[in-house]
Amino acid sequence: MQNIEAQIEDLRSQIAAIDKKIPSDKISMIVFSGDMDKVLAAFVIATGAVAMGMEVVMFFTFWGTPILRDKKKKVGGKDTMAKMFGAMLPKGSCEVKLSKMNMGGMGTAMMKSLMKKKNVASLDKMIEMAQEFGVQIYVCEMSMDLMGFKREEMIDYSNMSYCGVATFLEQAKDSKIQLFI
Amino acid sequence: MSEEIKVDKVMDLKGLPCPMPILKVTKGIKEVEIGQVVEVWSTDPGSINDFPSWARTRGHEILKTDQNGKVTKFYIKRLV
Repeated sequence: MQNIEAQIEDLRSQIAAIDKKIPSDKISMIVFSGDMDKVLAAFVIATGAVAMGMEVVMFFTFWGTPILRDKKKKVGGKDTMAKMFGAMLPKGSCEVKLSKMNMGGMGTAMMKSLMKKKNVASLDKMIEMAQEFGVQIYVCEMSMDLMGFKREEMIDYSNMSYCGVATFLEQAKDSKIQLFI
Repeated sequence: MSEEIKVDKVMDLKGLPCPMPILKVTKGIKEVEIGQVVEVWSTDPGSINDFPSWARTRGHEILKTDQNGKVTKFYIKRLV
C-alpha cells in the first residue's frame, strides 16, 4: 500500500515536470526588419494569432525599432551620432518603405494608395489593432541605445516594455510558434 | 428543406480584406451569449477557408455557409 502511494507521488512529480516543458499557446516574433511590407505581415500575423486565441509577444530589434517611434514627439539632448541616426532612420510607421519596388519612394506611395483603395489596413491601423487586442511589445534596449533613441520618443502603446535577449528567449522557449521577420 | 436558423446578431464585413474579418468576428462573437448565433457577411475570398479554421481553433460551430456571388454568409454558433 505504501509502495503504491510512493509511486503515485513519483508519477505526480513527473507529470508536473512534463507539464512545465509543454509550450503555451503563444507566438513569439522577432521583428528585425524595418520594411513596411514585412512589418505589416508581422502585425497581421500578430493580430490574427490573438483572434485564434493565442498569446502574442513581439520583440522589436535593429531596423524594426524606429517603426515604434512617434512622429509627433521631439526629444533633445542627443549626441551627433544619435542625431544622425535619428534623422536617417524612419520616424514611425508612416515613414517606412517597401522592401522591393520602392523606386525612390514612388513605389511605397503607390502601394499605400492601393492599400487605401482596397481597404487594406495601414501599418498605423494594425499597430492600433494590436494594442486593442493586447499584443505585448518588447523593444530591444541595446538597439535603442545603439541608435540613440530615447523612450520618450516612442509611441504610446499600453503593452510596451524594454528588454534584452533573455526576456525574448524565456518567452520563445515557452511558445509553440517562433518567427523571425 | 433547410431548417431556419435563429440569428442573434448580424455582422456586415463586406469590403474588408484579411485580417479584418477574423479580428472583427473575434470581438463580435463575445457580444452574444453562448449558444447564440452570429451571421457574418464577408466578401474576402480568404474567409471561405479562414472562418472554418478560426471556428475549429476557437471551438465555435459553423452551422451553415451560404455563398451568393461575391458575398459569403457564415452562421456561427458561439460554443465557448
